[in-house]
Amino acid sequence: MTLEQPLLFEQDTPGRCGVDLPEPAPVAERLGGLRRQGRIGLPGLSEPEVVRHYTRLSQQNYGIDTVFYPLGSCTMKHNPRLGEAMARLPGFADIHPFQPVATVPGALELIDTLADWLMRLTGLPAVAMSPAAGAQGELCGLMAIRAALEHRGDARKRVLVPESAHGTNPASAAMCGYAVDPVPANERGRVDLAALKAKLDDDVAALMLTNPNTCGLFEDQILDIARAVHDAGAFFYCDGANFNALVGRVRMADLGIDCMHINLHKTFSTPHGGGGPGAGPTVLSAALAPFAPLPRVVRGADGLRLVEHEAEADGHPFGRLKGFHGQFGVFVRALAYILSMGADGLRQVSGDAVLNANYLMVRLSEAMTPPFAGPCMHECLFDDRALKDTGVTTLDLAKALLDRGFHPMTMYFPLVVHGAMLIEPTETESRATLDAFADAVLDLVRQAKAGEAAMTQAPVGTHRRRLDETRAARQPVLRWQD
Amino acid sequence: MRYLPLTGADRRAMLERIGAAEIDALFRDVPAEVYDKADPGLPGHQGEMEVERRLKAMAARNLSADAAPCFLGAGAYRHHVPAAVDAVIQRGEFLTAYTPYQPEVSQGTLQYLYEFQTQVALITGMEVANASMYDGATACAEAALMACRVTRRRRVVLSGGLHPHYRAVTASSARFQDVEVETLPPDPEAAEDLAACLDADTACVVVQNPGFFGHLRDLSALARACADAGALLVVAVAEPVSLGLVTPPGAMGADIVVAEGQPIGNALNFGGPGLGLFATRRRFVRQMPGRLCGETVDAEGRRGFVLTLSTREQHIRREKATSNICTNSGLCALAFSVHMALLGEEGFRRLAALNHARAVRTAERLEAVAGVRVLPGAFFNEFALRLPKPATAVVEALAARGVLGGVPAARFYPERAELADVMLVAATETVRDADIDRLAAALAEVTA
Repeated sequence: MTLEQPLLFEQDTPGRCGVDLPEPAPVAERLGGLRRQGRIGLPGLSEPEVVRHYTRLSQQNYGIDTVFYPLGSCTMKHNPRLGEAMARLPGFADIHPFQPVATVPGALELIDTLADWLMRLTGLPAVAMSPAAGAQGELCGLMAIRAALEHRGDARKRVLVPESAHGTNPASAAMCGYAVDPVPANERGRVDLAALKAKLDDDVAALMLTNPNTCGLFEDQILDIARAVHDAGAFFYCDGANFNALVGRVRMADLGIDCMHINLHKTFSTPHGGGGPGAGPTVLSAALAPFAPLPRVVRGADGLRLVEHEAEADGHPFGRLKGFHGQFGVFVRALAYILSMGADGLRQVSGDAVLNANYLMVRLSEAMTPPFAGPCMHECLFDDRALKDTGVTTLDLAKALLDRGFHPMTMYFPLVVHGAMLIEPTETESRATLDAFADAVLDLVRQAKAGEAAMTQAPVGTHRRRLDETRAARQPVLRWQD
Repeated sequence: MRYLPLTGADRRAMLERIGAAEIDALFRDVPAEVYDKADPGLPGHQGEMEVERRLKAMAARNLSADAAPCFLGAGAYRHHVPAAVDAVIQRGEFLTAYTPYQPEVSQGTLQYLYEFQTQVALITGMEVANASMYDGATACAEAALMACRVTRRRRVVLSGGLHPHYRAVTASSARFQDVEVETLPPDPEAAEDLAACLDADTACVVVQNPGFFGHLRDLSALARACADAGALLVVAVAEPVSLGLVTPPGAMGADIVVAEGQPIGNALNFGGPGLGLFATRRRFVRQMPGRLCGETVDAEGRRGFVLTLSTREQHIRREKATSNICTNSGLCALAFSVHMALLGEEGFRRLAALNHARAVRTAERLEAVAGVRVLPGAFFNEFALRLPKPATAVVEALAARGVLGGVPAARFYPERAELADVMLVAATETVRDADIDRLAAALAEVTA
């Protein structure tokens, strides 16, 4: 049972407060007459009310800790609590970004150690640590590419992006001032190499490719793709959202890629936190490294240095992407995970992730329809042919899973597959969980085909039933107002 | 390996079901010449105890602000965070949830985002706020780009009192977008005339309040000048605690307010993750970047919340989206919101008043140090000093005496000789009288 919980603003008792702060000492105010007038409108609550409020809200959520959460392309794997504990050490949590650099050698060591792992695991010689998330990592890579091209006097205008790409790819390309040119897929769910070659010319700055791609498939012609891209004088950007399928087994440099962002909140298991914070360090080739943004932690003869200004930097940094020095708190958690797993453990991570996905693919194929033949990588994709003429849609099936205590798979993505269902189990789920999930999906498909279930009404047992999203968008109410 | 539930027996049984001889066979689409070829030369797995030892050794090499009186600000502020904040954000249902795309099982996240948006709108004095950006600097850059979309103009003016990182991030974001950025020289005396920089191509003026050098300014006249010129006024707030005591940007006529939310509910963390706050007028809502949470009803007519107006966003709109942002700072927004809930009207105002009182007290003590001058003007909890010696050396000498005494302006503007003697000093409620005494004594010693 989940309990109803009113808004904070509906629990206001004027004069009530959840902190005890001392009376300020009387001073000669120096506000220049800019003292705030009138009531702000914040509600007054005591600590027990606040704690109960948020505890009850939390109980309205599904999280990895409570349910299987096989969101394709999102990598919802267990978040080790060791990382949380380490990130809260005062020597990490309570250090200021602008204390004298000599007082934070451990912080530079942590960044450098993580950077070293990321470079060795990908085989690329440099990494920009500051991007705040995957999308900013994409922007980082593209800006480095554009800066490098401009440096050689090459004003290319287009970026090629497969139709199956994450929405952030074309959005990042646009933010970098590029026109987006879509690349079609072939009948095997991979980039159509001939179509790609036809589009590659001296106006193309880069290809952005996710590998494994968003259909959960390894781009098996990737070496030819890389060659074609480089022959055209363009750069090869890899969206590293799915690096968790390859970590410890394939070095991305060996595939011919020039840069790739790494979502630490996916492959390296830092918590998603209901939508962040994440981190998107971006590994770079030798040709792109000189253009990496500031700040940089640089290893020199006399130890580590923090480079914050262009004048101290090698090469031509394209600028700065984020305040301060990157998502340091996320770095601590990622390094705790990496040191825990080690090289052998990370190799097992990709192996088990791929094994679990293939196991689900085989089990679900008893009644579901994969658009492309396997083996898949870390996630398996189905279309909605199995639901044809049942009156039940992908959305209905997903919502019915909520009633069975599972978070649904990713729906209607990638866009290239009709009624897509993208399932990513991750390596931190047991065989028993996979079987329970497969049994539930197969049972729902059977019910749909038998016309038994009122799935179009699902879910019925959750804290809320389906919400009216049209109303929310047509008459936006974006804040409480009394 | 403690995070991996599959046993050898599981793997064998699953491979048999799949019809593969070994896990490697599942990777057969990877070209053989690049599969499993390189030994990364990295160590193997470790237990918790070993990892803890290694990371604790790194942490111990840093001088943490709980071990030294801390007067550091310049965009990151150290406040006391109530224990309940951390207890709430470590609940697995919040910590391990994804972006709330399935609203039926994400009402907890959605309701706190709705409450967060309301809190941000209230304290900034604006009509609407989004569900967060990465940090104050990136929110600032997004605001400048949004102003270009709203006004259909391509010129942005950045105040010399805007945080240098906000300036740099905005300039970098504009670099490849055909947006002209005029960056005024750093302005330690708050003497610049921003209204004079307005012209018919200006999309926005971006100003920080309190400014990077601490100054509080009444921006009402600038807001009117912007409106007359058809430009937007973007106000950045690097220290949101100030909004408990100081006239908010909304009341001065700001069109967009961006802020760094870290100081409320979040630790310093060496500067990241931060929390970008983003608020504006209702009529600009469809040009906003980032996620928005809105109220609606469910199939039984009960109030509920969803992510809304997503046709602005990359997962729907792709290259025509208002921003590429996807992951933002959800958990930091939760920490902010819990801290704000605990503070409430009374606590938030008192916290701000305490900060101002601590800073005034600190300024009074430091003004009495021979050769030290506090730059004139109103301030909140941070101000700038001119020192009789170069500030970088002074700050290092203070650190050697166990005092994190301030941030030298030269850290940001090393090329500007006229700022070499400027040091920023911030004092929050965490600073005690004894800490102020130590700073004053140490400063007298190292500047003598």
